[in-house]
Amino acid sequence: MTTAPPTASQTQPLGHHELSHLDALESEAVFIFREVAAELERPVVLFSGGKDSIVLLRLAEKAFRPAGFPFPIMHIDTGHNFPEVLDFRDRRVAELGERLIVASVQESIDKGRAVEEPGENSSRNRLQTVTLLDAILEHGFDACFGGGRRDEEKARAKERVFSFRDEFGQWDPKRQRPELWSLYNGRIRKGEHIRAFPISNWTELDVWQYIERENLEVPEMYFAHERTVVERDTMLLAVSEWIQPRPGEQAYEATVRYRTVGDMNCTGAVESSATTVPEIIAEVAATRITERGATRADDRFSEAAMEDRKKEGYF
Amino acid sequence: MELLRLATAGSVDDGKSTLIGRLLFDSKAIFEDQLASVERASVQRGHEYTNLALLTDGLRAEREQGITIDVAYRYFATPRRKFIIADTPGHVQYTRNMVTGASTADVAVVLVDARKGLLEQSRRHAFLATLLRIPHLVVAVNKMDLVEWDETRFRAIVDDFTSFSSSLLPVADVTFIPMSALQGDNVVDRSERMPWYDGLPLLEHLETVHIAEDRNLVDMRFPVQYVIRPMSDAHHDYRGYAGQVAGGVIRAGDQVVVLPSGLRSQVAAIDTYDGPVEEAFTGMSVTVRLVDDVDVSRGDMLVRADSGPSTSQPSTSQPSTSQDVEAVVCWMVDQPLRQGGRYAIKHTTRWARAVVGDLRYRLDVNTLEREETAAELALNEIGHVRLRITAPLMHDPYGENRTTGSFILVDEATNVTAGAGMIVSD
Repeated sequence: MTTAPPTASQTQPLGHHELSHLDALESEAVFIFREVAAELERPVVLFSGGKDSIVLLRLAEKAFRPAGFPFPIMHIDTGHNFPEVLDFRDRRVAELGERLIVASVQESIDKGRAVEEPGENSSRNRLQTVTLLDAILEHGFDACFGGGRRDEEKARAKERVFSFRDEFGQWDPKRQRPELWSLYNGRIRKGEHIRAFPISNWTELDVWQYIERENLEVPEMYFAHERTVVERDTMLLAVSEWIQPRPGEQAYEATVRYRTVGDMNCTGAVESSATTVPEIIAEVAATRITERGATRADDRFSEAAMEDRKKEGYF
Repeated sequence: MELLRLATAGSVDDGKSTLIGRLLFDSKAIFEDQLASVERASVQRGHEYTNLALLTDGLRAEREQGITIDVAYRYFATPRRKFIIADTPGHVQYTRNMVTGASTADVAVVLVDARKGLLEQSRRHAFLATLLRIPHLVVAVNKMDLVEWDETRFRAIVDDFTSFSSSLLPVADVTFIPMSALQGDNVVDRSERMPWYDGLPLLEHLETVHIAEDRNLVDMRFPVQYVIRPMSDAHHDYRGYAGQVAGGVIRAGDQVVVLPSGLRSQVAAIDTYDGPVEEAFTGMSVTVRLVDDVDVSRGDMLVRADSGPSTSQPSTSQPSTSQDVEAVVCWMVDQPLRQGGRYAIKHTTRWARAVVGDLRYRLDVNTLEREETAAELALNEIGHVRLRITAPLMHDPYGENRTTGSFILVDEATNVTAGAGMIVSD
């Protein structure tokens, strides 16, 4: 059978009272945004500058305009960001006219709340959890919207849309609340919170089709560009302040793009010639490697890397 | 492209994992790194072949205990449709999981092993799919390779199922497909070894089964979810009622009634981020503005005012508005449901409190017998209860509207979702 799903602009017209898959996913996500805003006191939307959180912000506009968002936007800043992502973040937040909170992993380290993992070029991925949980406590947040998708990873495949976290921020896969119809249960006690995932049912392809349909701007690093890289653990890492060629490694120029936005020192690029959103859609439809498998060293430690981090309170 | 939600249920023995693996694999939704990871894990655990079941048992917490906890969601797309599979395990907490996965499904696939015929488990699957009013049921008669592709065997299972299903609630649409998930016969490609079967292979059936008519597009129901009030100079007087249409079609200019207050008004406009729309139908999230400044808040419901005989609209029935509800409840926690039990109840966008007035009977999901002397519903049990609610619910029978006919019961001490209810007509 053929395998390239059509892009949003190519889909066949549907009958009069049928929703396209993107419309159905959008409506579900808008419903989730409104449900959280109605049931919880102090939500916050987490924003990384990546494509999923860019889609989240558009969905929040769809849910609440012409009013402002009934919650602030929060970025967990690891200090290892791609510089263009920070520029993008500030520009996007200014366009929206919404409030931004930046919670810094570096500050958590400076205060002694988090300890840098040993070794050259260690990942701050796990440390983000400390900063996130501290920020939740400091601001009294009782719900965090995240851009997690169930197609990303097998622990996420089993996570609820309203994902309950105890007073330690922990996810317990065995104590998840049954989630039926669209009857989300957001009841919590003080100190507990809900992680809400409005795009749980979206795939990477859906996200790009939506970006195309909504004409959303994404950071330039998602498009093919020239970059100096080294190959390490079968990933292409950008040579930067944190990544320098080791003995035996050769830095070289390559035409690459990023499929995910993470820290500079653990997010790999993929070789690509896609310079437009339609070209990315064609590439994603044809790819045979998951986005995390291709590009995230942080998910490769073990079969259960994501599961372990989620239990500690990760996104 | 349309979205189809599919529920599959069964144990590894039925070949369910193999079937899902084949759907995902043949539609290229399994990626090389996932396959490599499964291959590595298969070798590590001493399996002789790449065990596609490992794709579906995800968590270490599950592997350590050799169980599957819960519903997992999988995604794949063909050029015709996007599919969401709610994959539920067969063993422990079976009913709770299947009810969860089935609650939103358009199609249920029930697996039957061709060698064993219709087992208790297959009957239970079919019953739950019917109870949850999944509009389309596929009975996948699997492992046909092990019965030499025998038509007689297939026909016997079809007959057996048909006589069993006549004792169920009305099943909308049943399709029987003989297949071998292992060898790929009639999953994606038509089998050449069963020329006597003139129906579609599973995937083509899923791509073409007509689901648009399954929703209730007649009786307009708009549960108010959130009130949008910008409190800004530019939109000083804006007051919009946001929500997802739960039934029928709502149009600008419609005469509406606000329930439970009974106040009447007219739809001034239906707003979306992308501009106003003339109408919104079931499944759409929109913001409704009314002509009058009436009091409307979250948990209220807009319905169309009864239309006179002169309009061309189909006559619109009103939902029942009452504090007493009869329902079939599936129980999902260890602490049993008993008469007198008090719970928080969530129905559409409305929270209230409910007390169990009466447990009329418990249903044996294997024999479908009613046990009228039952004193409680334990975990994974299903029964018919009468509830008294602190506030009126605007409800329809579940068979007429899966959104306005469903509710959850929540334990007020732990906040855990304890039961799922489907309202039956009073």
